[in-house]
Amino acid sequence: MVSRNEFVNTLVDLIMKAETELSKDVLEVIKKAEKEEEYEIAKVVLQTIIKNVEVALERRIPICQDTGILVFFLDVGIDAKYNFDIYDAIREATRIATKEVPLRPNAVHPITRVNSGDNTGIYVPVVHTSVVEGDEIKVTVMPKGAGSENVSKLMMLLPGEVEKIPEYVVEVIRNAGGKPCPPVFVGVGIGGTFDECAVLSKKALLRDVRYMNDFERKILDMLNSLNIGPMGLGGKTTALSVLVETAHCHTASLPLAINVQCWANRRASTILG
Amino acid sequence: MKKLKLNIEKIFGYDLNAGDIVYLSGDIVTARDKAHLRAVKLIKENKIEEVPTELFHLPIYHCGPLIKNSKVVSAGPTTSARMNEYAPLILEFSKCPIIIGKGGMNEGVVKKLEGRGYYLSFPGGAGALAAECIKEIKKIYWSDLGMAEAVYVFRVENFGPCIVAIDKKGRNLYVERSQK
Repeated sequence: MVSRNEFVNTLVDLIMKAETELSKDVLEVIKKAEKEEEYEIAKVVLQTIIKNVEVALERRIPICQDTGILVFFLDVGIDAKYNFDIYDAIREATRIATKEVPLRPNAVHPITRVNSGDNTGIYVPVVHTSVVEGDEIKVTVMPKGAGSENVSKLMMLLPGEVEKIPEYVVEVIRNAGGKPCPPVFVGVGIGGTFDECAVLSKKALLRDVRYMNDFERKILDMLNSLNIGPMGLGGKTTALSVLVETAHCHTASLPLAINVQCWANRRASTILG
Repeated sequence: MKKLKLNIEKIFGYDLNAGDIVYLSGDIVTARDKAHLRAVKLIKENKIEEVPTELFHLPIYHCGPLIKNSKVVSAGPTTSARMNEYAPLILEFSKCPIIIGKGGMNEGVVKKLEGRGYYLSFPGGAGALAAECIKEIKKIYWSDLGMAEAVYVFRVENFGPCIVAIDKKGRNLYVERSQK
């Protein structure tokens, strides 16, 4: 039986981990890009990024001051045993983490712009729940910053536009320029409904960024020929990975979601129970 | 490309070009969305004396820091383009037309910097490293705007790398790279 206390404490540690260290796969592709980059300014930017990650890890401080809106992905085993309100426990962990990590209070009311002060609010933190086989609860947290989220896009394409999908992705990254803190990771959702497509594009960013299929690699090559480069100052490293997830959709529609993620693709997972 | 350690007070004594990299020491002032909105509103209402004077005398850093117990924990730049609409009016009154941010700014801002100042790009996301260079919070204005949106005067040491992305001559790395 997972206790509420254990759940909350584990989540506070998980948020701390996500904010202060990058996963092995993410760091590996950034380091590879630094080695391969030839343009001097781009190299300096990538070296600064790597140094920053080292400082954050060593001092246990957030990699970026934009500690994001926290997005949680919950995989709840059908036989998992717990006797508390998981959503309430996630909110409590968020409040505690805001003080302890610390996190910058980012959550505001969308109209009044009044800050809640503790990173919670209406539907915040965001929680996506799936019911899965087994008796465990898997929790993943992704702190999502606004610089990259602001240039993300959802489009309802025509069914005949399948071939144009790579071009649409390129267009979004071209227009984003230096704004989302490139080199970026690009989560792409294809299909589903309007809502599901957006969730897919975000879930794609949870994958191991070192592995891509031919379609994803083709889009990545197109992006890296844009010469946007690290921080938009030029260079061949505009994107580090393109990660595509698909879902069946209505025969009359073709939803396409592009969730842009900064180089700091922060996420951490844990399993309880 | 030059790499220079510069005292902010003496920055205009150097001829900086796009692509140069500087490490700044001295005072800088932060301002982002809400501070820009308020400053512009006050200027338009002829209440310029109510605007923190540092916004006209120090480099403006587009930053919403993370602070705990009066200490800067993480403080990288925020996306400058959101300030495109408001920056020109503030720059008009500035004795130190220097902006530090990320991602670049539009033509309206570039024009205001021409012959006068610089746009410096600090690597976005490098908040932990930036905080290491911030030695003191000297002043806080408009704290009612909240932690991320208030105006802070920071004393910094070797703050960088700040890449000269837009220079006095109008050279703009963001435009140059898109034409390659």
